[in-house]
Amino acid sequence: MDVRKTYKLFVNGEFVRSESGRAYRPNGGGVNVPRGSRKDLRDAVRAARTAFGAWAGRTAMNRGQILYRAAEMLDGRSAQFVELLGGGVRARRELDQSVETIVWYAGWTDKLPQVTGTVNPVAGPYFNFTIPEPTGVVGVVAPEDSPLLGLVRRIAPALCGGNVVVALASETRPLPALTLAEVLATSDVPAGVVNIISGQRKELVPWLASHMDVNAIDVAGCTDQEIKAVEESAASNVKRVIKIREEEMSPYLIAAFMEMKTVWHPIGV
Amino acid sequence: MAITKKQTEALAKQVFEYAPAPEAIDHVKVQPRYGLFIGGKMVAAHSKKRFPTINPATEKTLSEVVDADEVDVDRAVKAASKAFESWSHLSASRRARYLFRISRILQERSRELAVVETMDGGKPIKESRDVDIPLSAAHFFYYAGWADKLEWAFPNRKPRPLGVAGQVIPWNFPLLMLAWKIAPALAAGNTVVLKPAETTPLSALLFAEICMQADLPPGVVNIVTGAGKTGSLVVSHPDVKKVAFTGSTEVGKLIQRSIAGTGKKLTLELGGKAANIVFEDAPLDQAVEGIVNGIYFNQGHVCCAGSRLLVQESIAEPLLEKLKRRLSTLRLGDPLDKNTDIGAINSKAQLEKIQGLVESGIEEGAELYQPECAIPERGFWFPPTLFTNVSQSYRIAREEIFGPVLSVLTFRTPSEAVEKANNTPYGLSAGVWTDKGSRILWMAERMRAGVVWANTFNRFDPTSPFGGYKESGYGREGGIHGLMPYLDLN
Repeated sequence: MDVRKTYKLFVNGEFVRSESGRAYRPNGGGVNVPRGSRKDLRDAVRAARTAFGAWAGRTAMNRGQILYRAAEMLDGRSAQFVELLGGGVRARRELDQSVETIVWYAGWTDKLPQVTGTVNPVAGPYFNFTIPEPTGVVGVVAPEDSPLLGLVRRIAPALCGGNVVVALASETRPLPALTLAEVLATSDVPAGVVNIISGQRKELVPWLASHMDVNAIDVAGCTDQEIKAVEESAASNVKRVIKIREEEMSPYLIAAFMEMKTVWHPIGV
Repeated sequence: MAITKKQTEALAKQVFEYAPAPEAIDHVKVQPRYGLFIGGKMVAAHSKKRFPTINPATEKTLSEVVDADEVDVDRAVKAASKAFESWSHLSASRRARYLFRISRILQERSRELAVVETMDGGKPIKESRDVDIPLSAAHFFYYAGWADKLEWAFPNRKPRPLGVAGQVIPWNFPLLMLAWKIAPALAAGNTVVLKPAETTPLSALLFAEICMQADLPPGVVNIVTGAGKTGSLVVSHPDVKKVAFTGSTEVGKLIQRSIAGTGKKLTLELGGKAANIVFEDAPLDQAVEGIVNGIYFNQGHVCCAGSRLLVQESIAEPLLEKLKRRLSTLRLGDPLDKNTDIGAINSKAQLEKIQGLVESGIEEGAELYQPECAIPERGFWFPPTLFTNVSQSYRIAREEIFGPVLSVLTFRTPSEAVEKANNTPYGLSAGVWTDKGSRILWMAERMRAGVVWANTFNRFDPTSPFGGYKESGYGREGGIHGLMPYLDLN
């Protein structure tokens, strides 16, 4: 007889049940999944905010190594993920691409500032440079259809730049995301840097979009109607709404989660 | 050689008398009425509503401009859409040439533009002459050079223009904000409908003349005057693909909300409440000049103004003494006078806003200091003001005043300075004054702000990206980063 797993939310590096005590069965299957509440979401944002300074303050190389470690852990569990993703060639491809995505962004951490930063030749005796910095707490609404790859394609570039993440798992297929949390928990990603909430999108997305301590929200997984509502709520604190096609993999996407900071100093003796 | 306290007091009393040195205005021809600039010429408006634009230093009407309505805005957007077809297909080096030409004409007509800017907006002529107009010309020159080099700016992409850009700009740097908006938009191959601020439309209308003088193809730039309603018509027009706004955070949020779900690309450059942080090892005299430039430049009508002075406790007393003495030498008066430091407040409404916030500061318990200073009888004026004994919770420490009002707070440790500086929903700029290099970089890293000035303040350059964190907006203007909001890189 199997020892079955209780799926839980991933908040502040811990696996927790929804404070609401609620659960749902995605697609009418036999597995109970926590139905996260507004309170769970707020706990996750608070954990992320607390983790932000230290994560952003890590050296780029260290962040790269931690991301790479996460790719190692994911690859090590490939059989489990292929099964969760429904098995077969497509599932295998989704897993492989997810690993590849994390590895790719792991290599970007210490190159992004060299590609998107600048030294600006101002007309005066000043040294002036511009560097990318993380925007802060990033909300990610994972796409429904590629429940692992879709999420990884957003979490990896956000983390690469030094952001922290509160992600909503695919509502209909949340198990790969909740299992990805186990990968992150057993890699070196510090507690609170990634938080993953499962539940009903229509309950959770509006709160994520209107939360005053979330700096940006990625809507790759949203419908057009949801995007309109997210954009309206996002205005409450001038949230950045990131609307870039789901398959995007580029430094431009990393930069979408970043702020450009320009520093001036006089030159003189 | 040490200067005794008595000697400093004597020096402080030594206020120089200056003979009036007004800039001539006879070379400037402001027309009594203006139409709208649509499709390459000045046209009569559909709207019958007009409003005066006044000189805030004299309250005299300078001209009358149109309060453009829906039909006018629609005409302007249609003209821009039509022009987009040819402008976006024009060879990039030709586009560059038009922009270079505009830059040159701005330089040639700089004196006239400076005078108009000062008359319409109230800013000291030395600022419009030495900052606003040269920087505007430099901005066009910089982006002109980008027009045919876009492929080099964005590796692995084929940059394409977006279409018609709807742009709404503020009254604090009318021509400069126009340049920040129009130059990158045109360089990227877009066409433009721009609405200048209600109180400062004249330099934009002069710019319309410059577009004609430069033979810029009709419809590439369109200028519609009006108030907030006209601005909202511009940003909400369905054929506008890109919205750029500089102004208050309040209006920025309204715009972000109003264009939700439309797919329009948006950049916002909004308010600020910058901390200007002075450490005990800073060169105090330089810091005093930086503080003055930070908050009293352009009467404090600056979104990135250093409106919160954070002083290390150990030097608060001598620094404030120096600062107060410096304040007493600032000359307030006729903005056209070349010696004027503090010009007129841009409008009556703005003056009332400043007065209201200053009153709240007094009521909440802050201590007010204003130097003795003669206020002209007519016009809108506010003396340079500083508040001590300010708590972080006071409105004057939290809200953007957009006037010559400085709130002084103190700190003991660098981490306390960081904590206080970042304790605001804004994040546009910050200043750091210290002699220690490693501390500059440590502070610069921790400031949650888009621009950090170390041992300087309020410096601008077309090559230097400008824009905010948090509720100060998003997107950058200036530099290679300033092209991105005007391009489709997918």
